[in-house]
Amino acid sequence: MCGIVGLFIKDKTLEPQLGALLAEMLVTMTDRGPDSAGIAIYGGADDGIAKITVQSVQPDVDFASLAADLGAAIGVAVSLRRKSSHAVLEMPMDQLDAARAALSALRPDVKVMSAGDNLEIYKEVGLPKDVASRFEIAQMSGTHGIGHTRMATESAVTTMGAHPFSTGPDQCLVHNGSLSNHNSLRRTLVREGMTFETQNDSEVAAAYLTQKMKEGANLGEAMEASLSDLDGFFTFVVGTKDGFGVVRDPIACKPAVMAETDQYVAFGSEYRAMVNLPGIETARVWEPEPATVYFWNH
Amino acid sequence: MQTFDLATRGLRELNQTLHALRGTTNETAWEIVNAKGSHAIAVGVDAPLDITVRGSTGYYCAGMNKQATIRIDGNAGPGVAENMMSGRVIIEGDASQYAGATGRGGLLVIKGNASSRCGISMKGIDIVVHGSIGHMSAFMAQSGNMVVLGDAGDALGDSLYEARLFVRGSVKSLGADCIEKEMRPAHLAMLAELLERGEAGHKAKPEEFRRYGSARKLYTFNVDNAAAY
Repeated sequence: MCGIVGLFIKDKTLEPQLGALLAEMLVTMTDRGPDSAGIAIYGGADDGIAKITVQSVQPDVDFASLAADLGAAIGVAVSLRRKSSHAVLEMPMDQLDAARAALSALRPDVKVMSAGDNLEIYKEVGLPKDVASRFEIAQMSGTHGIGHTRMATESAVTTMGAHPFSTGPDQCLVHNGSLSNHNSLRRTLVREGMTFETQNDSEVAAAYLTQKMKEGANLGEAMEASLSDLDGFFTFVVGTKDGFGVVRDPIACKPAVMAETDQYVAFGSEYRAMVNLPGIETARVWEPEPATVYFWNH
Repeated sequence: MQTFDLATRGLRELNQTLHALRGTTNETAWEIVNAKGSHAIAVGVDAPLDITVRGSTGYYCAGMNKQATIRIDGNAGPGVAENMMSGRVIIEGDASQYAGATGRGGLLVIKGNASSRCGISMKGIDIVVHGSIGHMSAFMAQSGNMVVLGDAGDALGDSLYEARLFVRGSVKSLGADCIEKEMRPAHLAMLAELLERGEAGHKAKPEEFRRYGSARKLYTFNVDNAAAY
């Protein structure tokens, strides 16, 4: 099953509430999948500062001197903000690639959840309410975000098997469904230089979109291409640095409801997820059409 | 009028309360408030009640309905009026996928649009949709009538048995073994009555519709058609 949610803020006055609204939406979807949960929040401005969200199974050890070690390795100041098993590292944008390389050398067991200008991803095994409170999602502000609560079908219930999957800078994807050609597609993508953390089908979908965008497609074009190259059931919600997209396979048996007001565009696996959004009573509510790409940009 | 607040009393109590009214009751008018997309609202009702649900509903609202008139003052989630036996279900807004699936009787009215698989495997229910319907609607529909004032999506009536389909707008494509059929006076009379009962008599005239039905080549096995199976 799985439950997915998304919120794209249009009215800036709502940005401080992004985390709280999105977390509440995700918690409502708990009974669609209680295995693990994750949330991606697009915060920060275009300020020349890069963010890497990392996760560790032994954060006390791994994060203790990580900022200092990383700073020494790349020769600039690096800051670290820890949240439970995750931490957000910040450094100048032009040092992002160097920092990622140094990080994998310094802490090979630390996993990168996301990297880029404004994206932070928090995900763990457990219920949405526990994951949301553990990472203080409700206190986060931002411009857009997506969330997922998982009922695993395709691969193990692990932190890295939880959604959202991020396979490119400031890009992430959540998926409800199952893909049937992910193994062959993964092999193709590996040949093209992509790397994978899991055997999960949804990670392949994320990497596919990343590869398309790397080749010059915009988010909409990449999602359009996925309709012919991905085989299986899917409703995807995708985030980029300034965009938010939704696409369903042509059969469209995985549920999806959207709502739009002057203040936001919202997505939920069910209408239930959106009932507490401001102004939902008068929002335009509709189901995204099968095999149709929807996307919004800031 | 009895008012039931789903937010304070919960789904289980709602359905138990409605089920307990089977047999003799004079508490026939019910209003359910704070639906908020909840699942399985007013499922399995078997009494001549008049129920109005305020707000949008989640999965399977009014499933297996017998006798009752259930009105949804909002949109309906997947599987609304699934396996309805009798009575009426009226949705003021849109309906999600597989509305009226496997319905055996009664009348389902959708005043907005219905998404995919509307009336899938219907077995006697009548469905009137004021808007349009999505792909694979009336898939393997066995009997009953479906009336669509708007358009139909891909593969309408795929593998159809003996349900009658009436569409006023365009049909994106017909499914296997579904063909357009002649509209005869008896069909026009039936359609007029369905539109009236479906609260659409003022919106459309029977003459504006086209009729679709089964070519009867798939479900009656004939070895000459083997390639089509």
